[in-house]
Amino acid sequence: MAKARVLIRPKEGILDPQGKAVERALPALGFEGIEHVRVGRVVELEAEDPARLPELCEKLLANPLIEDFEIESIDGA
Amino acid sequence: MRWGVLQFPGSCDERDALHACELAGGEARLIWHESRDLNGVDAVVVPGGFSYGDYLRAGAIARFSPAMEAVAAFAAEGGPVLGICNGFQVLCEANLLPGALLLNESMRFVCHQVDLLVEGFGGPGTPKSFQNPDGQLSIPVKHGEGRYWAPEEMLDAIEADGQVAFRYAPGQNPNGSARDIAGVRNEAGNVLGLMPHPEHAVDAMTGSTDGLRIFESVAGIAA
Repeated sequence: MAKARVLIRPKEGILDPQGKAVERALPALGFEGIEHVRVGRVVELEAEDPARLPELCEKLLANPLIEDFEIESIDGA
Repeated sequence: MRWGVLQFPGSCDERDALHACELAGGEARLIWHESRDLNGVDAVVVPGGFSYGDYLRAGAIARFSPAMEAVAAFAAEGGPVLGICNGFQVLCEANLLPGALLLNESMRFVCHQVDLLVEGFGGPGTPKSFQNPDGQLSIPVKHGEGRYWAPEEMLDAIEADGQVAFRYAPGQNPNGSARDIAGVRNEAGNVLGLMPHPEHAVDAMTGSTDGLRIFESVAGIAA
């Protein structure tokens, strides 16, 4: 089984209210100078056939209309 | 007239939908999400709630249920399908309707009455389509993820094609939806989805009966 990690994030240009909320909370905690916070999702999985992962991401894990995804192999990590 | 109302684990508005269908005329029954058989119904309602817990994205898992596969085939043959709130999200995820529903801009769950402007969904030139109830409808919204979004070119295209069915009245957009869009229909005109809840506006006791007009228009296309 091949281990992989899928990163899913809102597409550029789509308002991400979660990211905005995190960004607005930071100054109160003393973290100044942080911008463009975007909140996404990480899915870790093990696949028999990693070649099928892009198809799986497009069909289920991400909605390609609103989200971008990246697949990282984490074998041997 | 026979209505089918889908029921997923996590649906919560299916009973009100059944009631609304019956008030609009005919008999209505629930269709369990594992059933591939729509029992020959004339129209399908995909109701509100939190299907499969809204895991991953709202509507993402429900889209692959056996019942939704049957609904996709039913819609492809011109059968009328009405998606409400979570049902709208499911229909968008299933690519039966254009666009997507995102987290409300305010990040707050909204629950109140809104006024909807009815636009051209259907019309005289498209007999196999929803008939257009005139004017303004007063119908409640209750959702956390109802911000309608589509790429600009897709918005232009659906507007040009008359696929915007409902808009929030000026100043009443509750969630940051693009171009105040509250509901859309498909190109053929037999699939309609909206975030507000017409099934909660069918009795004068709760303030408005405007929702019935949407169910009646669905019945109109099935007839």
